Amino acid sequence: MPETLLTPESVAGAAYLVAALLFIMSLAGLSRHESSRAGVTYGMIGMAIALIATVWLTFSDGWGEPAVMVGLGLLVAAVIVGAAIGLWRARVVQMTGMPELIALLHSFVGLAAVLVGWNGHLEDPGLEGALRDIHHAEVFIGVFIGAVTFTGSIVAFLKLSARMKSAPLVLPGKNALNLGALVVFVGLTVWYVVTPELSLLVAVTALALALGWHLVASIGGGDMPVVVSMLNSYSGWAAAAAGFLLNNDLLIVTGALVGSSGAYLSYIMCRAMNRSFISVIAGGFGIEAPKKGDEEVGEHREIQAAGAAELLKDATSVVITPGYGMAVAQAQYPVAELTQKLRERGIDVRFGIHPVAGRLPGHMNVLLAEAKVPYDIVEEMDEINDDLASTSVVLVIGANDTVNPAAAEDPGSPIAGMPVLRVWEADNVIVFKRSMASGYAGVANPLFYRDNAQMLFGDAKERVEDILKAL
Amino acid sequence: MTRIGVVTEQGSEARVAATPATAKQLIGLGYEVVVESGAGASSSFPDDAFVDAGASIVSLTDAFTADIVLKVNAPTDAEIGLLTPGAVVVGLLSPALRPELLAALSARGVTALALDAVPRISRAQSMDVLSSMANIAGYRAVVEAAHEFGRFFTGQVTAAGKVPPAKVLVAGAGVAGLAAIGAASSLGAIVRATDPRPEVADQVKSIGGEYLKVEVEVEQSTDGYAKATSEAYDRRAAEIYSEQARDVDIVITTALIPGRPAPRLITAADVASMKPGSVVVDMAAGMGGNVEGSVAGERIVTPNGVVILGYTDLASRLPTQASQLYGTNLVNLLKLLTPGKDGRLVIDFDDIVQRSVTVVRDGETTWPPPPVQVSAAPAAQAQAKTAADAGTEVARPPKRGLTRGGRIALIAAGIAALFLVNAIAPDPLPQHFTVLALSIVVGFYVIGKVAHALHTPLMSVTNAISGIIIVGAIVQVTSDVPAVQALSAIAILIASINIFGGFAVTRRMLGMFARGDRASS
Repeated sequence: MPETLLTPESVAGAAYLVAALLFIMSLAGLSRHESSRAGVTYGMIGMAIALIATVWLTFSDGWGEPAVMVGLGLLVAAVIVGAAIGLWRARVVQMTGMPELIALLHSFVGLAAVLVGWNGHLEDPGLEGALRDIHHAEVFIGVFIGAVTFTGSIVAFLKLSARMKSAPLVLPGKNALNLGALVVFVGLTVWYVVTPELSLLVAVTALALALGWHLVASIGGGDMPVVVSMLNSYSGWAAAAAGFLLNNDLLIVTGALVGSSGAYLSYIMCRAMNRSFISVIAGGFGIEAPKKGDEEVGEHREIQAAGAAELLKDATSVVITPGYGMAVAQAQYPVAELTQKLRERGIDVRFGIHPVAGRLPGHMNVLLAEAKVPYDIVEEMDEINDDLASTSVVLVIGANDTVNPAAAEDPGSPIAGMPVLRVWEADNVIVFKRSMASGYAGVANPLFYRDNAQMLFGDAKERVEDILKAL
Repeated sequence: MTRIGVVTEQGSEARVAATPATAKQLIGLGYEVVVESGAGASSSFPDDAFVDAGASIVSLTDAFTADIVLKVNAPTDAEIGLLTPGAVVVGLLSPALRPELLAALSARGVTALALDAVPRISRAQSMDVLSSMANIAGYRAVVEAAHEFGRFFTGQVTAAGKVPPAKVLVAGAGVAGLAAIGAASSLGAIVRATDPRPEVADQVKSIGGEYLKVEVEVEQSTDGYAKATSEAYDRRAAEIYSEQARDVDIVITTALIPGRPAPRLITAADVASMKPGSVVVDMAAGMGGNVEGSVAGERIVTPNGVVILGYTDLASRLPTQASQLYGTNLVNLLKLLTPGKDGRLVIDFDDIVQRSVTVVRDGETTWPPPPVQVSAAPAAQAQAKTAADAGTEVARPPKRGLTRGGRIALIAAGIAALFLVNAIAPDPLPQHFTVLALSIVVGFYVIGKVAHALHTPLMSVTNAISGIIIVGAIVQVTSDVPAVQALSAIAILIASINIFGGFAVTRRMLGMFARGDRASS
């Protein structure tokens, strides 16, 4: 009897399994450059299968009923408008603006999760006993995670796009505030399970929105790579919570995959800064470390673009270590051109990327790729660190804390123990910088006073262009 | 306007205190520069080149009557007599060794700046003439040795037989020693080096030398120079030098202790044990010599055919380069002394560098200056050293974390909690938990392999995938409750932005990544 074998539910279930596997293959594909494009294709096919199956499952029964037909109309309209906006944003976004875009997209997932949770409250699924209580708890948890993700991502977006001051907000007793919000959340959940009132849902939504806002507002701009990947993780958990609410395994699988990925990226970022995840989330980094009294502030030496060009001409190997300053100055194009010119002269040019360079994990790689720098000369910190001692010239472009020798050599430094690019071991270091100001961490950088380091002041883009002219 | 005079050096000195390039920089500081005719001749800087740089060519007396007189070597008594009282004279004055020179200068009522008295702190590095000259001298010492040595430095295998590489011992791995190690190893020799400071071992290795460690305790130096060392050390070092002398072909000694005679490292017996044709270059000959039997400024051949070079003018034997570096050191000093870049020389005694170089001020002897401490506290240094010995970074401060037992307990508690929830919870919760737990594990393993460079695309693709929340909204959009329908429609709209935008931007990003071979073709 094929009718009973191939119900919409069973077909959808099978389709969900296929979609989940495709999502896993998609992420696996992204592990290497060669397979990355295939990975995205898997993801798109998986998404298409999941959507078609869901649409069929939803609309196959009750076809013709007015509410269902209105729903179909709304669905089509919403998808068309959403797709148009999404594709347009994806096409016009600057690669330097990727962190903002990703933060904004996270907020959408958060908001959608809140809305799905609210719907879970508004539409009574007709459950009884323990299952009803569980359903209520699921609504609450889903709304809570979604709302924290939503406002957290909005704040991250505002900070990254410089619409909001990136300095950490320091409210008195901020840890107590965060903890208190969690305690209140647990209390409200219990209350809501007993008496599912709409006002309680409103209260928890407001609480979670405020918590998300405060959580990210109290984290400084330089910690944004961690925050963005943490929000990535939250958006996944929000989807997984919605899966519990709707009894949908695909949502759970996908949510867990996304949640893991964000958590893993956060872990990498924190390890690269030698800090615990908790301390970043609690925003403890901005706190002033005790300054040493006998700090030796030396005198830096300046170099001009022409001098830098001479050094580069005579070099046999050059390593470029970019930081967020390169993105700010939009210097990736002249840097790519410089790379090409030097490679044509037979000079070995490579890039050394610190894991937390930029405002997004892997941000520098994307910027360099945009400027057509071949990815096989762009190396990670661990790959390049041992080669720096035999490098003729290192160009530090818009990076500061990630090349600070104090991290490796001064146990009293606030960034002590943070793994850094050991650029000071090279024969010559040229630091592109606007001024002698310290980096995000507010730590003086003894690199600038080293005998082998020279400062090239000014806008990174203009200075690199000057070097190109001199070559 | 303040006038700077550049004068011809006396005797065999081939260097000059300013080159056309540095003269131009001095003019840039607001000074008028006059050069004695022929001052740059022996370092290949003709008068015309100075004129082109904006300086004027004058006679000897005119150059000496300038407000600031730049010299390389200390002025002779006759030259001091030419200076105008109140003038400033700059040069290598060796203030610690020549009190009579300081007396003569103060009697003349001038201000004297000793470039060789620049303290060894990092911000004064750019005017540290001892370093820049020692670098040249170390290089030249190898060239002189190679000239005297009747053999190749590098080993070769030729049709006419095998040529072994020369063995070179460099005593003292300061600036001169390191330059000598670098030059000799570039020529292909096997280079060994000794130095009382074990922390230089890495530097020696980095330029191709082998560091011979003397296994005794030494005091930590605090002023950048090696200190006069203990007896036990000397005994062990002497043994090493005796062993090495028998083995090596070339010995280059660079050991100097400021304000004291050079330490005796190589005895006459050591020299006698060397092979005929071997060469010893004693770079400290002018300070009493590291080698017994060396004579300052002379080439000596011992009875057993070993050549001992005691040249004291090694830097001067590369006059063009030496003048350029010396001149640049001088410009850097004058930059410091001319804060307004207006041609007005100001000496600020609160600045440790300016205080140290000024040995006579307006006829008053101001040598010696208060001591300068440059290195970090010994404790920090010792720590850095042990870390360097282990070949690792300074140990990271231990993270706040759980003990091993605590971690195991936590994991066990987690598993137990999960077990209980799954065992107690009503359907369909256990099934969901199973899916969730397995997905998290799969997610960690899949994502853990992702290349660092692809982290941003990974984030944007997971972002697109997390748009799967749309599935939840689609299920709800057919609800009978209009409010639910409206909220679902909004959720669908924003989730669609995520899905389409996320995938599109990921594709766009990945399209940019190109391999080197493809990008260049």
